[in-house]
Amino acid sequence: MRISEAWLREWVNPEAGVETLAHQLTMAGLEVEAIESVAPAFHGVVIGRVEALEPHPDADKLRVCQVDVGAGESLQIICGAANVAAGMKVPVATVGAELPGDVHIGRVELRGIESFGMICSAAELGLAEASDGILPLPDEAPVGSDFRAWAGLDDHAIEIGLTPDRGDCLSIAGIAREVGVIDRLPLHWPDLSPVTAAGERRLEVRLEAPEACPRYLGRVIEGVDPAAETPFWMREKLRRCGLRSIDPIVDVTNFVLLELGQPMHAFDLARIDGAIHARQARSGERLALLNGDEIELRDDNLVIADDHRPLALAGIMGGADSAVSGETRDILLEAAHFSPLAIAGRARAHGLHTDSSHRFERGVDPELPPRAIERATALILSICGGTPGPVVEALEPGQLPRREPIQLRPGRIVALLGIGVPDDEVVDILQRLEMRVEAADGGWRVTPPSHRFDIAIEADLIEEIGRIFGYENIPDQRACSVMRMHPAPESHVPLQRARLSLVDRDYQEAITYSFIAPETQALITPEEEPIALANPISVEMSVMRASLWPGLLQTAAYNLARQQDRVRLFESGLVFRKREEAIEQHPALAGLIQGARWPEQWGAEDTRVDFFDLKADVEALLAVHGVDRECRFEAAAHPALHPGQSARIARDETHVGWLGMLHPRLEKPLGLPAGVFLFELSLPALEGGRAPSFAPLSRFPAIRRDFALVMDRDLDYGRVLETVRARGGKLLRDARLFDVYTGENIEPNRKSLALALILQDYSETLTDERVDRLCRGILDGLAEELDISLRD
Amino acid sequence: MSEELTSELAELLDEALRAVEAAMDARALDEQRVRYLGKNGAFTARLKQLGQLPKEERPAAGQRINRAKKALQQAIEERRKQLDQAALDARLAAERVDVTLPGRGIGVGGLHPVTRTMQRIQGLFESVGFEIAEGPEIEDDYHNFEALNIPPHHPARAMHDTFYFDRHRLLRTHTSPVQIRVMEAREPPLKVIAPGRVYRCDSDLTHTPMFHQVEGFLVDHEASFADLKGVLHEFLSRFFERDLRMRFRPSYFPFTEPSAEADIECVICNGEGCRVCSQTGWLEVLGCGMIHPAVLAHVDIDDERYRGYAFGMGVERLAMLRYGVDDLRLFFENDLRFLRQFA
Repeated sequence: MRISEAWLREWVNPEAGVETLAHQLTMAGLEVEAIESVAPAFHGVVIGRVEALEPHPDADKLRVCQVDVGAGESLQIICGAANVAAGMKVPVATVGAELPGDVHIGRVELRGIESFGMICSAAELGLAEASDGILPLPDEAPVGSDFRAWAGLDDHAIEIGLTPDRGDCLSIAGIAREVGVIDRLPLHWPDLSPVTAAGERRLEVRLEAPEACPRYLGRVIEGVDPAAETPFWMREKLRRCGLRSIDPIVDVTNFVLLELGQPMHAFDLARIDGAIHARQARSGERLALLNGDEIELRDDNLVIADDHRPLALAGIMGGADSAVSGETRDILLEAAHFSPLAIAGRARAHGLHTDSSHRFERGVDPELPPRAIERATALILSICGGTPGPVVEALEPGQLPRREPIQLRPGRIVALLGIGVPDDEVVDILQRLEMRVEAADGGWRVTPPSHRFDIAIEADLIEEIGRIFGYENIPDQRACSVMRMHPAPESHVPLQRARLSLVDRDYQEAITYSFIAPETQALITPEEEPIALANPISVEMSVMRASLWPGLLQTAAYNLARQQDRVRLFESGLVFRKREEAIEQHPALAGLIQGARWPEQWGAEDTRVDFFDLKADVEALLAVHGVDRECRFEAAAHPALHPGQSARIARDETHVGWLGMLHPRLEKPLGLPAGVFLFELSLPALEGGRAPSFAPLSRFPAIRRDFALVMDRDLDYGRVLETVRARGGKLLRDARLFDVYTGENIEPNRKSLALALILQDYSETLTDERVDRLCRGILDGLAEELDISLRD
Repeated sequence: MSEELTSELAELLDEALRAVEAAMDARALDEQRVRYLGKNGAFTARLKQLGQLPKEERPAAGQRINRAKKALQQAIEERRKQLDQAALDARLAAERVDVTLPGRGIGVGGLHPVTRTMQRIQGLFESVGFEIAEGPEIEDDYHNFEALNIPPHHPARAMHDTFYFDRHRLLRTHTSPVQIRVMEAREPPLKVIAPGRVYRCDSDLTHTPMFHQVEGFLVDHEASFADLKGVLHEFLSRFFERDLRMRFRPSYFPFTEPSAEADIECVICNGEGCRVCSQTGWLEVLGCGMIHPAVLAHVDIDDERYRGYAFGMGVERLAMLRYGVDDLRLFFENDLRFLRQFA
């Protein structure tokens, strides 16, 4: 809501300047977002009267004017505007004037004739974006006076961000009421007394949907002057509040909307056939709107119709066909009450949002229409003339919004605000807010005024008390708190622990959008049915991610394209998957590495990361969660991973995640080089890992035996280890792989693994004989089960 | 005889001392020790020959031999120390490194500034006994709106540009539904912080379609607006590590009554007025209020027995103010040159 400070001060005029006024409004919950001048700086502009004019002898479009600026002799000024006429009052920039846009007015010669100033258009004075000709001023404008002072242009436009509950403040009157409450000042209302009917014409009004429209006032005004123009003062008020002047009738309805907050409408009487019906639309009915749209009405739309067809979308926008135009002689003025529930959402459903719908959705004072229609009538008569008919009112009193009394307890005020407000202050605040306050049961019974739609319960009243009492007058308080510790299951590892583990391993955390492009989704998780947004921002952000990989891959590509050659990223967040009709949302943790194993440095070899660098990071994460011993890595195929470098991680029967190399097929579509490695873990699958549990330390020495084992090249180390462990029994403390070798001295289809076995007993020192026996058992097992021999 | 022995001893000692001096390492020195003082060494031989001397000369001769022997031992010890020191010096000199060369090995990564900020917020509230709760990001209309006292067509829905999947399912527009989910599941007293991602269908210079909020709420027998002011003022002062002026402005949220927006004095210009605070000297940082009775009614909490307050803040906004980031969109571009600044 944008209002003119000067207009507000016509209603209520506190001594405080605009800054203090703005602060008061802000602290009362009417947040002032901006204060702007209503006109840019200029000076040296006076009011003049064009005495006479004649064509410029040497220029077709220019006229030589004699202009009286109250300085005795009139000034000779050359003017190019088409609308300049003798007898016209105009703003004149005299020699020495400074205009907006750094324009200096001096004495000039135009094709041989001197000009002593400039007759200004509204645009030249910064009062309009563009102007068609010079700005005509009303006859009563005093010749010779300073134009800026006369027009009151040292005014401010105050932009107020209103919350949706304060529909009552969507007018000068509403804001003035708040200022009056804060500053304890009376309001100066304009004359709203009834205009006596001079004509007979009346239209019957039928309330056919009284719950949606319980009150409708109509008045015919015949014989308005179609040539009338909106006076300067009204155009200025509209402009300063952000509205453009359209024609006098529409300007008056807009003026009343701004001033009192009552949206109004004017119909061309000639286009109405029969009575006025406020009714629900019938499906299939169509209506051409003022803005040029033709809409199909829905059966939850309220319309104003005549006997045959809808004329307007009630409370939202008038119809094009019944709108006032340049030929309109007779009009019907409408001031009605439409229930918020009947209007809410309806404008949006048709892609509309109007000053009228904005107010009706929030609630307009049901007592306002009779006052507003008189105000508008008086203004129209003064501008356009005409003969007013009687006001025809249709009313269903039972359907008007009712304000029920609300119980208010002093104890509750203290409990909610944390501070006691003296009783007389409570009553004073509520009464200033125009509430009816009666003492009852040690407290009060409070009835809010008709313009407040936001006060229905005790807490609403307490907010009003706190608001006017001043939130700044409520002290900061340190509450005592109950001492209560929260459960701390040790088997739950906080996500932050895993994050820091990756950070310490040189990963950088990323946060990417949860919605991705469907094509990327189809590349990475083709088996998942996409979960699509009905109203995405763009196609690139239209389906919910089923994996964290798309975001990481995109981030890697983004950075690799920006001179980064080593990328190590991780992200945690929800992944979304459709299961039947339900949507599963699981937290996951994923990482990506690409590029050199080490940051470029002087003491390390420049090698690229591979599967096992990534695996070490994943193993560290599993260890952090205490599930490393329960998890196994199995070669398995994943659509996004290289079939020869891809593993599924399982914890008993639970699927934990995937790791591997990005499938070479995906490198090009994703804009990535070779050698991108990815992992993703499901965080719920890592819950409930083992807590530390002590095992006694052996006092006896451990024995190490190293073996070079030769086996089939395709045999997985995991199988070797299983056999070693099974045969090794409990004396085998550890088995460490310290070399993998293929090449010279090994048959081409075989490989050699160098394995160290660490053996130890708790109760005695192992003898060589026992160690030999145990090792022989292990080697026999390997030979029998896996065709493994010792290297010669 | 005695004269003869004396000069012979002197000669021998002289020779031995020269040999010790000439020994250039520990082994050479030990060879000399054996040669002169060992079982078959020169001095040992002299002592063995004492028996051949007349009885009355023996003590004096013995004394002289032992004195010479002691002098030699001392010299050997001295020399050993010298050699050890020289060896150590040589090793130290050989092992000197350029300590200004960079360290070797893996680097260290970093948390995203949003995570860093959320952790900081959580930590402060956890320190006074709030616990962390999370909720789904694909929410239903009931938890995101209805239960929070935002019925269909409520004008407040227009403030939330909502992403929908179908008529009932949507991406949560705020973290407030976690309030409902926690209160549905548990009995008061409750002190909860709910951080997370939220979504609004809006994208321009100052809006991203996804961002982060931290919601906090407390429900207990005693809870007032004054308590809320106290906890938030302390939180913001701790978060920004300075004593901040604050103001609470009346505002409107359907799920709180009374409601307020909290401003802090601008941390960029200290309240003087700058571009960041639009010359007002104030920054709006969070919304808060006393939980609306209708919200408590939705989760069957008796509002006569319990009261609660709730607050919500934008994480990116706090991160921008804390770290001086001037473009919201940087947070989701994930440019490593940006992210590494928060390691």
